[in-house]
Amino acid sequence: MLRLVIDRPRLARHALLPRSLCSLPPPPKTLAKAASVRARLEEAEVAAKLGGGEARIEAQHRKGKLTARERLTLLLDEGTFREYDKLKTHRCEDFDMGSNRPPGDGVVTGHGKIHGRTVFVFSQDFTVFGGSLGEAHAEKICKIMDKALAVGAPVIGLNDSGGARIQEGVGSLAGYAEVFQRNVDASGVVPQLSIIMGPCAGGAVYSPALTDFTVMVEHTSYMFVTGPDVVKTVTNEEVSAEALGGARTHTRTSGVAHLACPNDVAAMATTRQLMSYLPSSNRQPVPVLPTEDPISRADEALDRIVPADPNVPYDMGALVRRVLDERSFFELQPDYAKNILTGFGRVGGRTVGIVANQPQELAGCLDINAAVKAARFVRTCDAYGIPLLTFVDVPGFLPGTGQEHGGVIRHGAKLLYAYAEATVPKVTVITRKAYGGAYDVMASKHLRGDVNVAWPSAEIAVMGAKGAVEIIFRGKNVDENTATYETKFANPLVAAQRGFIDAVIAPRETRQLVWESLELLSDKRQERAWRKHGNIPL
Amino acid sequence: MAPPPFRSLLVANRGEIACRTMRTAKRLGMRTIGVYSEPDARAPHVAMADEAICIGSAASADSYLRIDRLIDAIKKTGAEAVHPGYGFLSERAAFCEAVEAAGAAFVGPTAHAIRAMGDKIESKLLAQAAGVSTIPGVLAVMKTAEEAVAVANKVGYPVMLKASAGGGGKGMRIAYNDAEAASGFALSAAEAAASFGDDRIFVERYVEKPRHVEIQLIADTFGNTVYLPPRDCSIQRRNQKVVEEAPAPHLSEATVRAMGEEAVALAKAVGYRSAGTVEFLVDAQQRHYFLEMNTRLQVEHPVTEMVTGLDLVEVMLQVAARQPLPFAQADVLARGWSFECRVYAEDPLRGFLPSVGTLARYVPPDEAAVVAAAGCEGTVRVDDGVVEGGEISVHYDPMIAKLITHGASRDEARRLMLHALARYQIRGDGLRHNLNFLHTLLDHPRFARGEVTTAFIPEEFPDGYDGHVLTPSQKCELLACAAALELAAELRATAPAPPAPGASPASALLHAVDSVALSTNLWARLESEGAAAEQQLTVTLDPAVGVSAGSLLPPGMRLLVQGAPATARGSSAADPDGSAPTTAPPSAPASWSRLLTLSSTGLGPGGLFEARAQTLPLEEPKEGDGGHGHEESDPLAGGTALAVQVLERRTQGWLLSAFGTTYEVLTRAPRVAELSRHLKPPPRSLLDNALLSPMPGKLVSVAVSEGQVVFLGQALCVVEAMKMQNVLTARRDGVVRTLLAQPGAILSADQPIIVFDEARVEQPAA
Repeated sequence: MLRLVIDRPRLARHALLPRSLCSLPPPPKTLAKAASVRARLEEAEVAAKLGGGEARIEAQHRKGKLTARERLTLLLDEGTFREYDKLKTHRCEDFDMGSNRPPGDGVVTGHGKIHGRTVFVFSQDFTVFGGSLGEAHAEKICKIMDKALAVGAPVIGLNDSGGARIQEGVGSLAGYAEVFQRNVDASGVVPQLSIIMGPCAGGAVYSPALTDFTVMVEHTSYMFVTGPDVVKTVTNEEVSAEALGGARTHTRTSGVAHLACPNDVAAMATTRQLMSYLPSSNRQPVPVLPTEDPISRADEALDRIVPADPNVPYDMGALVRRVLDERSFFELQPDYAKNILTGFGRVGGRTVGIVANQPQELAGCLDINAAVKAARFVRTCDAYGIPLLTFVDVPGFLPGTGQEHGGVIRHGAKLLYAYAEATVPKVTVITRKAYGGAYDVMASKHLRGDVNVAWPSAEIAVMGAKGAVEIIFRGKNVDENTATYETKFANPLVAAQRGFIDAVIAPRETRQLVWESLELLSDKRQERAWRKHGNIPL
Repeated sequence: MAPPPFRSLLVANRGEIACRTMRTAKRLGMRTIGVYSEPDARAPHVAMADEAICIGSAASADSYLRIDRLIDAIKKTGAEAVHPGYGFLSERAAFCEAVEAAGAAFVGPTAHAIRAMGDKIESKLLAQAAGVSTIPGVLAVMKTAEEAVAVANKVGYPVMLKASAGGGGKGMRIAYNDAEAASGFALSAAEAAASFGDDRIFVERYVEKPRHVEIQLIADTFGNTVYLPPRDCSIQRRNQKVVEEAPAPHLSEATVRAMGEEAVALAKAVGYRSAGTVEFLVDAQQRHYFLEMNTRLQVEHPVTEMVTGLDLVEVMLQVAARQPLPFAQADVLARGWSFECRVYAEDPLRGFLPSVGTLARYVPPDEAAVVAAAGCEGTVRVDDGVVEGGEISVHYDPMIAKLITHGASRDEARRLMLHALARYQIRGDGLRHNLNFLHTLLDHPRFARGEVTTAFIPEEFPDGYDGHVLTPSQKCELLACAAALELAAELRATAPAPPAPGASPASALLHAVDSVALSTNLWARLESEGAAAEQQLTVTLDPAVGVSAGSLLPPGMRLLVQGAPATARGSSAADPDGSAPTTAPPSAPASWSRLLTLSSTGLGPGGLFEARAQTLPLEEPKEGDGGHGHEESDPLAGGTALAVQVLERRTQGWLLSAFGTTYEVLTRAPRVAELSRHLKPPPRSLLDNALLSPMPGKLVSVAVSEGQVVFLGQALCVVEAMKMQNVLTARRDGVVRTLLAQPGAILSADQPIIVFDEARVEQPAA
């Protein structure tokens, strides 16, 4: 707030009026003056609305992209957008920039509503200087970020920018850093969403990287630190922008983005959908949507979803959906580290964050990517007070040099840390395997799980029967000893006897139990010893 | 209550017939014993049985057909009686003998009768001897094609060449001349040898435009034999019955009596006991010809039960316990009309290819809702042996269930069936069903008139089935439903307004209704129809009917939906996902309105949206709707009963199922529709047509070869990862162009395995 008060007077003259307005001499008579101001204001308004002009709008449409303003009409509830700094211009005089000061400076900022809740938005206008970020452009973004933080509302950035405005030199770099600092300041306070709807290259990528969620549009957006040309020069690699940093790459290979959407319209609809799960800030409760799906719905199909043979996979996604309201699971990063599922759903109308091992992929093993993906998600949920619902079917960590040399120790620790650190309600359901260290990691009782239950098909042990028998009995009487081991450990009894699980439940009761647990924990308070911050193994 | 005929009953079968048999046994107070193969361990018939015995692995030959293991099970459990159901061992004399040798009663005919009727030639000779009318033909066994041609000429064309021991349409050829008779003989002989190990062939007159009518009879061990009302099973596809009804339409009483009496005579001739069926062909002049006798309870027995009020399984148990038949011929009733539809896991849109998979959603229709919608008295019966979450596997019959309705008249029973089909919820990943085809059949004007023959399907669907065709009125109703759902979803999404502690969801909604406009504008269209068919809709919620607790759109709430073709700006747009812009299709009504009065709603998957749709006067004059394919409108209740299954909420619209058919309806705010015209279709990539390995692993096997046509859901290859075998299936129809990896290859994630040809990808008809 303080920053706003100081900045505004200094900027006011320049910011509110376009150059043409400032440079003309005032008309002699008051009435005429007023009329003239009105006319010039109108002219500026029209100019601001047009952005880079009809031809560039046409070019944007030809690429299958919508304009900055069109996107906002799709993102926000109709008629709710309140624009800030529509007439703000840049102050650069170098390289003949002084002759071209389009009002708005290539970014549309303001606030509006999504499903009736306030959000702050900025939408970069590729038709104005290629959406490049200069000092004034950055100031506009910073203004709405400051305001969002002050009032406790999410920030959604629609990125479509060629990068730094080179003509403005270090001013542009300063602008980026001001945005980065605010991204960090707002992190964990208000949700921040980045929607990549065009180029996003160089330093610009770090703002989305700092935000909570990144959504990309397929085929028209890309993100990279250094582009194909530089890559060619330095490493002789030939690669297209799409292959280097397109939506497909970032949602499947790098894990930089959470979701890919086929076009601008779908991206805006998806963003609205994602917002429906998030609270406005870390001070607000999660949204509760009315549901017709009874919380007492017993789903007998769950009783037979886990195959009798422990080596036969099943779709954990289908299992998760059966527990959630209307079977609706909003999955994040569905194509990255598919051995673990992360995403949002609702139980009794209330948002929950779901983490679940996927036996269909790598048998549900934890690996580097899965641990990092889930750890980030767990921390996101913890930051915004979203309860965590974990489904466990994990045979362990993925073995191999690739994993060990890649630092699976360091990365696996992130998930362990994230779960142990989380103070939101934690409900864990063990559906089948919970082996070894991976059992500990997956929101176990020992990591302060609030409610930990197992299905009758659960196997909670240090490892599978075969491996265990080889170690304990040095491979003697394998069949007999395997049978003994299985009787002892291939079930949830030992864990239940020790109190490491609170109950063994019939799978069909899962939904009801989850709901009851969330009700019970809705006012959970957990204090931690004072510290500046923990030291998560990054 | 009388003591049960037996204390315990072992049912040597699976699926719906096992469940159906056990239901009666349990009602009679008997202990039920089930048998199962390993993959059936969690099947409903196992859960239902008081005791269940595993009799082997998945393959029928190693479980349900293993007489030795069944006899062991009988001994182990002390079962007093054994019901074989249909299929499997139901018509094996050896099984009957083994059961009786083990000291249990066989709930079925004697081994002698099974043997006598099991052989096509012998049974026909027996029938002739018993005075049963048979098809003119020569029963001699033939050795050469010349002999077959000579015989065919004697019988008179057209003739049918048939394998002696065959059944189910295997080894059958029809010949209209000498050349066809010669080639048909060779083919039938080869096929018969391959299928049955018996290459005897015989020739008979081929009855054209025949109807398949059968007589259910039941006999006790005291010489009492009674025939029941006839069943018409003419609606067949490749000699497999699809729809059955009782009684048979347009059949004279004299014909029925003659068939019944001949059936009884045949039964007596072989000393028949228990339930059996004598099948006849009936020609256009109502002459009937004996076809064969089935010595078991048949799949379609429920229609007979519905019109007679009998429980045939109960009677079978009674006569097996050597009790006399509790009724005489004169006591047999025939009340009303009954239909049975066989609901199969198959894809009618792809040549009825069998389909397998998990039943992600399985909810049979609710009788009360069906009766209310049809506006007449009636019964809905579902004989099934599956449950939600269960599997339709490759190992057994792909029949999911039998849907049976009973009404006062043929037309009422038919209307009940249409409403029941619309409310049957079946869904699974890759799993297809024939509810759409069944709905089209039952709704067909020729079927409605009762003009059925065994050639009905090939005649009416000569080029296969390409889905339900919506009438303009049905189109409006579907769009109206989607619009109502969209409004409800929008209200719901806006509802996370501050709910007071303890407030019900509905009060939160009320809050939303107060603060949000009660009317909304949408553009909507059927996804298959393209941008040109886009409609502009206005949905208005009638606030007079308040929001009651627990429901977003409660029963009784009314919504007015008004529609008109979208304005030129939108409809002329090149929508990326629509077809090329054209003028509005001729079938599109100019403007219309529907007042929906809700009886139930559901926003999520599995929701059933039921309403009465009334057409308000402002609609344009008739648009040549014709009435065919229209659900019955009931002037008393006002409007058309609408039942739409909500399968999925899409990012922009709804995946709905109506009339047994799946539709995608796009619903979007006007500004979304308007801006969508700028979007471009995604660029094509080679990888679009490739199967990529979803995970790192080893390619274990490939089930297809280059040039092979594959269909959606078909298994393509198996990738093993972490000791788990993952079956990869086709995500759409296509032709295999290249196999890029061989079995044994180590795959990385996203590595292409198979590339498909796009040029020959068959587009399912819209």
